[in-house]
Amino acid sequence: MITFTLNGTKQSVELSPDTPLLWVLRDHLHLTGTKFGCGEGLCGACTVHIDGRAERSCITPLSDVQGKKVTTIEGIAEDHPVKKAWLAEEVSQCGYCQPGQIMGAVALMQQKPHPTDADIDAAMSGNLCRCGTYGRIRRAIHTAAAGGKGGKQS
Amino acid sequence: MSEIIKVSRRDFIKTGLMVGGGLVLACHVPLGGRAAAAAEAAFAPNAFLRIGADGSVTVIVNKSEMGQGVYTSLPMLVAEELACDWKRVRVEAAPVAPEYNHTQFGAIMVTGGSTSVRSEWERLSKAGAAAREMLVAAAAAGWRVAPAACRAENGVVIGPGGRRAGYGSLAARAAKLPVPQEPKLKGPKQRKLIGKAIHRLDSPAKINGTATFGMDVHTPGMLTAVIARPPVFGATVKSFDPKKALAVPGVKQVVAVPAGVAVVADGFWPAQQGREALEVVWDEGQWAQISTPAMREEYARLAAMPGLAARHDGDAPSELAKAARPLQAEYEVPYLAHATMEPLNCFVDLKKESCLIRTGSQFQTVDRNAAAREAGLKPEQVTLETTFLGGGFGRRACTGSDFVVEAVQVAKAVGKPVKVIRSREDDMRAGYYRPMWYDRIAACLDDTGRPLAWRHTIVGQSIIAGTPFEPAMVKGGIDHTSVEGAVDIPYAIPNLLVDLHTTKNGVPVLWWRSVGHSHNAFVVESFLDEVAHSAGQDPYQYRRSLLAHHPRHLGVLQTAAEKAGWGEKLPAGTGRGIAVHESFGSFIAQVAEVSLDAAGQVQVHRVVCAIDCGRIVNPDIIKAQMESGIVFGLSAALYGAITLKNGRVEQGNFDTYPLVRMQAAPKVEVYLVPSDEPPGGVGEPGVPPIAPAVANALFAATGTRVRSLPLTPEKVKAARGQA
Repeated sequence: MITFTLNGTKQSVELSPDTPLLWVLRDHLHLTGTKFGCGEGLCGACTVHIDGRAERSCITPLSDVQGKKVTTIEGIAEDHPVKKAWLAEEVSQCGYCQPGQIMGAVALMQQKPHPTDADIDAAMSGNLCRCGTYGRIRRAIHTAAAGGKGGKQS
Repeated sequence: MSEIIKVSRRDFIKTGLMVGGGLVLACHVPLGGRAAAAAEAAFAPNAFLRIGADGSVTVIVNKSEMGQGVYTSLPMLVAEELACDWKRVRVEAAPVAPEYNHTQFGAIMVTGGSTSVRSEWERLSKAGAAAREMLVAAAAAGWRVAPAACRAENGVVIGPGGRRAGYGSLAARAAKLPVPQEPKLKGPKQRKLIGKAIHRLDSPAKINGTATFGMDVHTPGMLTAVIARPPVFGATVKSFDPKKALAVPGVKQVVAVPAGVAVVADGFWPAQQGREALEVVWDEGQWAQISTPAMREEYARLAAMPGLAARHDGDAPSELAKAARPLQAEYEVPYLAHATMEPLNCFVDLKKESCLIRTGSQFQTVDRNAAAREAGLKPEQVTLETTFLGGGFGRRACTGSDFVVEAVQVAKAVGKPVKVIRSREDDMRAGYYRPMWYDRIAACLDDTGRPLAWRHTIVGQSIIAGTPFEPAMVKGGIDHTSVEGAVDIPYAIPNLLVDLHTTKNGVPVLWWRSVGHSHNAFVVESFLDEVAHSAGQDPYQYRRSLLAHHPRHLGVLQTAAEKAGWGEKLPAGTGRGIAVHESFGSFIAQVAEVSLDAAGQVQVHRVVCAIDCGRIVNPDIIKAQMESGIVFGLSAALYGAITLKNGRVEQGNFDTYPLVRMQAAPKVEVYLVPSDEPPGGVGEPGVPPIAPAVANALFAATGTRVRSLPLTPEKVKAARGQA
């Protein structure tokens, strides 16, 4: 039995401890906002927060989150500045990677409330977007940092 | 053409359509089309629109939302003419039914060819306008005034003396009126939504994780399967031992299906673990020895020989034979994977007399019919529900319906609802690629430096040959998708020959965002650049001089060049390249600024893009599609290659098939050239110009011409060594 806090609620799971967190979330807890893209930690579609840090849930065994705080896209408030900025900048296209992108951006801004372009490159380059929304993701992060008032490229 | 009929609940159930109950209205379309689903007490004057008694507006969209914005742009077309409150508009995915067939591509429901807005503009505008006229007529009748004395605005009919009635309150009465055959459409100046950067309707669900992709489909009792797939195209199972796979906790069944051996479990992870434990012996078949270097040699040999002429003006071979100093080059591009972020998957619930499929499809009728054949059912017994698509790019319009058919195979074997998921490696290795191409191209100039003759020989596989679409799409041995972008070259060249060798080699190929243009634009626009330099002319001015009768090409060229600061000084080691290309009814020019980093990797700093796509529905979606096409094309230009060795695909995941990431994404500027022309496509046309713009910029920066994609450091280094 592995016990952790999921989006603020205590959660116990009876599964093989080597099961990747991604599949615990998707197949057993039916939280499907966290996406499967590569299974190797190469694309970032499965990004969640573990104790506030952005991690790839597809390569995180369930045993690693024992006693930890896990946050998924479903646990991000609807009025979170990053989500609002994503809407304002109209980032999404197919949308499949966006929950992972948003989890990456939220974690970045918790560390650095006013990230530079270099900070964004460093933090977000693990998240692939096949639709090529990178320019808008960058803009949305600056917008969120500016309190929703329109971002400035640094 | 349309007639209103009253359909009883029983009649509706007989036709097998979902219905909310009570009196419903439906529109019979010509050619015996079926009635569309309609909700209780709704006003449903046609297959694309329902208005509820509460005033809600539901637009039924017959195109798949895969990022290109059709769940916003198509409802805008309806809402504009309906004059409803945009905030009350919601979208529903259309079921598979004849009234949702493509208006131009025959009797199938399909999203492709960058045609959604182009092909639906008139039909959806009329759908909205007819409903508006009926609502106005209903209000006028209630007030006993002439309809002409009333107008519709923001979901309300306003009559003489300021009387007002909301659409919801009018729906029931409007539903009893005849549907106007030729409703009056708004003029351009009366439009309120079209042309505005309206926010996407699908964005909120896509940022909070609630948007349902095929991958997210779940039903109680559903099983998940992965398939051990042939290591080589065309290989078959000789034998397998399921023992170790069945020993994995959670694995329920191991079954042989035509696609391979399916491991069925209560989730993806045990299925994947089971597959790793599974032992399969394969009969590798006839393609076990193919490799891309050998194919390349064969293609190069063919390229030196005359092919089947696809366009022949004047006599290019004689002019080239007479020329003192003809230019000649060989270009090549590799197989490419679509690599949608959402790996292919499909849910199937197969019963004795019905089959429910839920998946992200671009090719609903084709997939449904293929599923019916596989299941031994009639097409009308199969229901296909379209989810959101986590990227399409053509992969989810598969001529062989591979990911749907294999899921039906597994469902047949398992007897329970099942979702088949491809791992990233399955997705990348199981085929259907943009074909590999090898081109030989030659030109000579007249005394003034203009091209006198141009010969372009194209070698590669047809994506249509051998599919059910061959009779309709391959004419005189020429698959137009092999030569598009080459036969329709806009430059004034009196002697022009484009010929084609169509090869066969067992590698499954498919349309890949921009199809033939993805390769031909690279060859044509790179070589035209070579021709300009050999004529001693500026590549931008040279293009202009050859496009005198092509104002739309000229318009975008000029806009892109001006906005990019063409001719202005750049830092040392940085170069600018330009390319212009027409595809899918739109005209696009791009200017790229590039340099080489210390490792010899091409770095693209800035891309300026100008597009003339005719009349515009949503400018922000168009800009987004240009940004998207540029990054998509850049992944191919810089990194992308699927290669084969001993019949096996050498790539499997994003480590071996890299895509552009945040730190490599250039700054992109998009300019829309105003135009009153009919609408053009936007999903695909942003892709073709970027590879040649970058290769031309690389030449400008370094003096090195690289004629093979991707532009890897190794190739750049090798080309510099030769230069």
